[in-house]
Amino acid sequence: MTLSSDPASALPEPGFLDAGEAALVVQFGETVDPGINDRVLALDAALRADPPAGTREFVPTYRSLMIHYDPLQIDREALVARVRLMTANVAEWRGEGTIWTLPCCYDPALAEDLDEAAQILKLARDEMVGLHTKATYRVYMCGFTPGQTYLGGVPEPLKISRRPTPRPPHPAGAVLIGGGLCTVAPFVMPTGWYVIGQTPERLYAAERKDAFLIQAGDLLRFEPIDLVTFRDLEQRAASGEVVARKSAA
Amino acid sequence: MTAPATEATLRILSAGPGVTLQDAGRHGYLRFGVTAAGPMDSLAHAAANLAVGNQPGATALEVSVGGIEVTAEAASLHIAVAGGEFALSLDGRPLPPAVVLRLDEGAVLKIRAGAKGSWCYLAIAGQLNVPKVLGSHATHTRTGFGGVDGRAIVTGDRLGIEPSGSPAPSPGAIVAPWLDRPISTIRVVLGPQHDYFADDQIAAFLAGPWTASAKGDRMACFLDGPRLTHARGYNIVSDGIALGAIQVPGDGRPIVLMADRQSTGGYPKIATVIGPDLSRLAQARPGTIFRFAAVSIGQAVAARREEAALLARGIVVEPLVRTHLSSEFLLGLNLIDGVVG
Repeated sequence: MTLSSDPASALPEPGFLDAGEAALVVQFGETVDPGINDRVLALDAALRADPPAGTREFVPTYRSLMIHYDPLQIDREALVARVRLMTANVAEWRGEGTIWTLPCCYDPALAEDLDEAAQILKLARDEMVGLHTKATYRVYMCGFTPGQTYLGGVPEPLKISRRPTPRPPHPAGAVLIGGGLCTVAPFVMPTGWYVIGQTPERLYAAERKDAFLIQAGDLLRFEPIDLVTFRDLEQRAASGEVVARKSAA
Repeated sequence: MTAPATEATLRILSAGPGVTLQDAGRHGYLRFGVTAAGPMDSLAHAAANLAVGNQPGATALEVSVGGIEVTAEAASLHIAVAGGEFALSLDGRPLPPAVVLRLDEGAVLKIRAGAKGSWCYLAIAGQLNVPKVLGSHATHTRTGFGGVDGRAIVTGDRLGIEPSGSPAPSPGAIVAPWLDRPISTIRVVLGPQHDYFADDQIAAFLAGPWTASAKGDRMACFLDGPRLTHARGYNIVSDGIALGAIQVPGDGRPIVLMADRQSTGGYPKIATVIGPDLSRLAQARPGTIFRFAAVSIGQAVAARREEAALLARGIVVEPLVRTHLSSEFLLGLNLIDGVVG
């Protein structure tokens, strides 16, 4: 994040939407877009660096930031005024530039829906894997379940709609595509997306020093591994080791 | 969960489904997708805790209509029950639905669904000896966070209690008529996505009437009533979900998102139930009929202030007298210390 000496007057004002009397949505747009997400993350960073008294939690998502606050401690209008000032002064967001390389096994034993998705997308299995591992993804947000990571930057040929009806629960660590996006899901849940792989990494581990590995704004790549390697890394991850690799941009 | 034999222990003789440990919630991790959980009726939860001298957000057992049966081991325990209007008995003799009492070793407290309410809270003076997850005991069973090994309370659980050291609370009936709140009107603040609905749909939403469906749990309250139609489709790019958000999925049936809600979601949210009224809605049994009323942020904050003032006044406990129970029973229980010689 950098502070601009030149007011960012070219940027449109965010919208302020009320989610009840204890949460304020600061909305920068309505689409999945890196520029919009940059503004969300810039405001998130600014608020975390200097949280107004009475604010409780900041939740960045693709296109808006939800501010949870105690309305008995901070007035809604005072909060809006503070945020307006912050957004006007924040020009750019660069993040920490963390790039994660996440091992991912595409073996049919784990990639339960890879063939089904390949058929819908009219691609060969190998082409699917090739496209998925070649791309660099942006972590737009975390949410839905602890440590779950939502990724943009899915190559065009891999963009697939969500299923019309949900499939049975996927395993922990499933790598899924759906709605033109990709997600890594650490908790067993039913889903309307397609399971195309599985990572042995635990994006959330209560006992580990860093309970959560990845945060919004990070970049991520997938590295293909075979089933034997998966089983080995899975064991190491279970003992608390971080098996994903972290590098700086 | 096993407590050492010498430690004061609350032993669960039987537990229906949906009984969990809840404190004020696991806050600070929504940005990583961790739900806060916490009590369904935060006012009753706080009242039960305050009645035994605990902090309002301390850990208590949230008892569902499935009920629970408990006893004390190794030492007597000071406990309070509040919320809804459950049927309570101590060694087979009836008690008022909101009460402070001493649970002696071997005495059996039974809590069963009563005239009203979906949740009541059993608070124990002192602290539970149960490991916390991310700083909280709040149970979120869907992700296995908190509680006893990430799960609901089951028959046979034994919860160790660290005594508080503060003076024992006086036994008696909790006088808190404000815990019995009417459910006929639930106040909401419109938005954040009410612009996904035409004016006539907003009107239909407010007019209802709505019926709380039997299909509901700590995560969501499903509503039966008019089908709402969307003006701009029903898929939005996922954004944050506040406690009490009312999302309207493609089928037009609104869902109120409760304590165990997910942190983010992709359906338009027509309105948000105000804080004080979410606890009331949580107590509504399936089949309860109500309407929504739109209020301003200012009105919602005023309602919060009123609720905070109720708790700030402290919990009034009055001795159990003849009008409540037979004197023979009371003398047997030592419930009327200081009233009858």
